[in-house]
Amino acid sequence: MTSTLDSAIAIVGLAAVTMLSRGFFLWSKRDVRMPEPLQRALQVAPLAAIVAITAPEIFLSHGVLIDTWRDARMLSALAATAFYAWRPGVLGPLVAGLAVYLPLRLGFGW
Amino acid sequence: MKLRTLLRDAHFRHGARDMLAFGPALAAWGLLTGVAMTQSGLGVGLSILMSLTVYAGSAQLASLPLLAGGAPMWVIWASAFCVNLRFVIFSSHWRAHLGHLPRGRRLALGYLLADLNLVAFQRAWPGATTHRTGQARYIAGGAISVWLVWQTASLAGIALSSLVPLAWGLGFAGTLSMLGIAYSLLNDRTAWVAAVVSAAAAVAAFALPLKLNILVAIAAAVAASLVMAQAGKAAEAMRRRT
Repeated sequence: MTSTLDSAIAIVGLAAVTMLSRGFFLWSKRDVRMPEPLQRALQVAPLAAIVAITAPEIFLSHGVLIDTWRDARMLSALAATAFYAWRPGVLGPLVAGLAVYLPLRLGFGW
Repeated sequence: MKLRTLLRDAHFRHGARDMLAFGPALAAWGLLTGVAMTQSGLGVGLSILMSLTVYAGSAQLASLPLLAGGAPMWVIWASAFCVNLRFVIFSSHWRAHLGHLPRGRRLALGYLLADLNLVAFQRAWPGATTHRTGQARYIAGGAISVWLVWQTASLAGIALSSLVPLAWGLGFAGTLSMLGIAYSLLNDRTAWVAAVVSAAAAVAAFALPLKLNILVAIAAAVAASLVMAQAGKAAEAMRRRT
């Protein structure tokens, strides 16, 4: 562990990185216009980002595709999906998924 | 605009309300990030500093092992920027809706805008590529409610870190909460194709360092949606000719 001061400086720098990346195209006074088709295609970027963060957590285990059905995460994702099909939302599928996940994980160690 | 008038503004309230629907997801991620920060050995003070200033969950989680391992600062910053590259793409999107604001306000608001802000915005103003009245207030309402929910959960995670049993694999709660949000965005064929392409690319490119698989997945999904739009146009032209 480095010194507290070093860590604090690193953290303040990380805050600057957040500002830099989130404000990247907001900085310039001039309008940055992208070609219309590309702008339209970029509409899928947030969905793609969320899926890209989520999918490996469900389908991979230690960087390798899951090859057994005895996996708490896969079954729990299935339960969450089924719940969403029945009642769309955020909290419902989360609770349904955890209701499958925790017993399998704690009970069977899957 | 005065804060009090802003709090009563219909667009501002609409933005805040829409984001609170994502509350469980934000709270789950925030709590986990808070716990992860203290358990990495960062200490309570620095964890609070990080939560309040860095305000980017994925970059925070990625930089924790580097901080703990005493990596050079430029390495820590460069890797956080790589993890944050998707925000660079998003900022080009925000530009169309916030470009009319003064630079200081534009950047301050931009700093607060995370993934779910753009998701909610796209649902509220579908297909919008130019500025419309009320958008900036809508965005501000969402930004402030995300900040409040996230920081509350993250600070709770820091305070309760010894009580949250990470061994239970509660990290998966964050993933599950994102699932419902992703499903809610699948409202046309382009979205379905983008999601499938993105999932496949993110899994296939998982071995890349610095979560660059997320960027690869976004690029693949955007390319797929470009191709679909062009193919749709070509099919339309062919139909008109016959």
